[in-house]
Amino acid sequence: MKAKSKLVKPKKPLTCTSKTSLSNEQFIELYRYLKLTRMFDEKTVRLKKQAKLTGGVFTSLGQEATAVGTAYALKPQDFFAPLIRDIGACFVKGIEPRTIFLQYFGRRSAPSRATDVQFHFADLDKGFVGPISHLGDLIPVMTGVLLAARMKKEDRVAVAYIGEGASSTGVFHEGVNFAAVKKLPLITVIENNGYAYSTPTDEQSAVESFVDKAVGYGIKGMQTDGNDIVACYETMKEASVYARAGNGSVLIEALTYRRKGHAEHDNQAYVPAGEIDWWAKNNDPVVRYERFLTKNRILSRKNMLEIENELKDFLQAESEWAENQPLPEAEDAAMEVFDNNVVKPAFKKKVLEN
Amino acid sequence: MTAKRKENGSNMLEAIREGIFESMAQDENVFVIGEDVGRYGGAFKVTEGLLDEFGEDRVIDTPISEAAIVGAACGAALMGMKPIAEFQFIDFISCGFDMLTNYAAKSRYRGCGGIGAVFRGPCGSGVRGGPFHSLNAESFFLNTAGLKIVEPSTAYDAKGLLKAAINDPDPVLIFEHKKLYRMPRLREELPDEDYTVEIGKARIAREGTDLSIITFGAQTLNALDAAVKLADEEGLNIEVLDLRSLAPLDKDAILATVKKTNRVLVLHEASLTGGIGGEISAIIAEEAFEWLDAPVIRVASIDAPVPFAPQMEDYYLPSFDEITDACRKLAAY
Repeated sequence: MKAKSKLVKPKKPLTCTSKTSLSNEQFIELYRYLKLTRMFDEKTVRLKKQAKLTGGVFTSLGQEATAVGTAYALKPQDFFAPLIRDIGACFVKGIEPRTIFLQYFGRRSAPSRATDVQFHFADLDKGFVGPISHLGDLIPVMTGVLLAARMKKEDRVAVAYIGEGASSTGVFHEGVNFAAVKKLPLITVIENNGYAYSTPTDEQSAVESFVDKAVGYGIKGMQTDGNDIVACYETMKEASVYARAGNGSVLIEALTYRRKGHAEHDNQAYVPAGEIDWWAKNNDPVVRYERFLTKNRILSRKNMLEIENELKDFLQAESEWAENQPLPEAEDAAMEVFDNNVVKPAFKKKVLEN
Repeated sequence: MTAKRKENGSNMLEAIREGIFESMAQDENVFVIGEDVGRYGGAFKVTEGLLDEFGEDRVIDTPISEAAIVGAACGAALMGMKPIAEFQFIDFISCGFDMLTNYAAKSRYRGCGGIGAVFRGPCGSGVRGGPFHSLNAESFFLNTAGLKIVEPSTAYDAKGLLKAAINDPDPVLIFEHKKLYRMPRLREELPDEDYTVEIGKARIAREGTDLSIITFGAQTLNALDAAVKLADEEGLNIEVLDLRSLAPLDKDAILATVKKTNRVLVLHEASLTGGIGGEISAIIAEEAFEWLDAPVIRVASIDAPVPFAPQMEDYYLPSFDEITDACRKLAAY
């Protein structure tokens, strides 16, 4: 999507699609996840400003609906591999905010033992395959998850989330092609948010739409409004039904926009003037969903405020709990390079010792 | 089924094939993935007969996609499977380098799950394969914590190390020297019972007292031949230590042979600079300096790509004369 061509005021304020099978209860649950995602990001940004966090802070401001809406359509046994903009998918799949705070604070009891940053960790019991910084690498990994499911005769689909930038990598090609050839139920979600770090989409690829890439792999392609959480849900639901039925892989392009820089340090000087403001004013996924919920009398403004206050207290408690957990010991660095039942830890050799 | 052991014993390739067959028959979590491993039975026929026996879900032919092969093996390993991924030639491991060094090697450390997977394939020079079918790749990986590396020089070890690797909780790279695959002199009777060879343990291929050659893979045979010649013709009593495992390295065995013979030749087939010989020499210098009666000598290939023409490839490789000359020099020091 060419972000610049979209900067026209919508005729009517944007909301969400009404073509959906979601119940009122589900609408409300979905809202909590969406709101939690935005508020979690706001919290980590504040903690960073208070110098309580070391390392980069990556947010998904403006594109939260894609991860939350698509993940909400998955079954408990389904696997997913998020990237840094998909914290919302983690919440939907049952990862607790406190766990991610442990990661951010670099605490010893963090799932990565504080060896790695942010939500670079895994929880295989919840279907969460841990991401790495090398974008696109998780696509081939998810093909292995699905080959294992095929051999064990387990009913699973797997979702690999990437940005449009990662679609330029070799692993994207190898992974998507392999899954296509083997008819694996892999759903690759390209979150087209306009920028890969500072590189705009038209310098990333010459295709008109990233969904066009599906044709080249002989797989089903779907495009969705990534800021319409209901559409994201319905798209993934359709994709997962199709993949689960043995029809093969799917490529979804979700059209969205990254309102923050690559990480908090990035001042976005490369973004044309007015572009971020336009998206904030006209196409914010939370505002759109709130408009939808009030219009359909699912939640009132008062209900929403209650949810917000509740989440605020919840996040504060989660963050405080994590902050109070012990820091790692220096020598933890030597542990778990290999299974330490087999290979000894990689402790330093003391220079003054024989 | 081709994996039935022959009456006259097994060569190295047959030993590996038997190891895969037996493991797949014993454990349904073991599977094979790679280019042309099924229908064709692998470029060297290591996996011949597997497809008929175990079917295409467990003998997986892939597109030409080393990154996908490694990634898929990693993903399956996370799910409790025991993948055996084949590289058609070890030269092509570079195409899966990122997945091996960033994903497989670091997954356990990062709390994302141990990757109990085997990555194997034919390595080695001396077969007139040219720059892209002759690689010895161990040095690419020795500086990556989290990967185990083994390279057998006998049929027994090839099967035993493979079986150990299949059941290892961490990623293991197995480099199989293609020159050894069908070498008649490596044909041997293998035990009927199940066995493994422990990863991280070297083997004394020949006992000796005058000097030690520390080596592995196909160069073990050159070292043994040199030892026999120098024993017969010059009365030198040479010990040959076959490392078998390059990561973890068997430091105890290295130091033990140094302390026994006090003179060391480190021999390997990869290029000299940045090769494992430097690491071994440094260990000896740091931990057994006072045991040395002569400076350590390294003999390895020259710092060049592997050339095709026989005249040039033979020059590229460690020669038999270089090995014997180095031994004489050490003995005379």
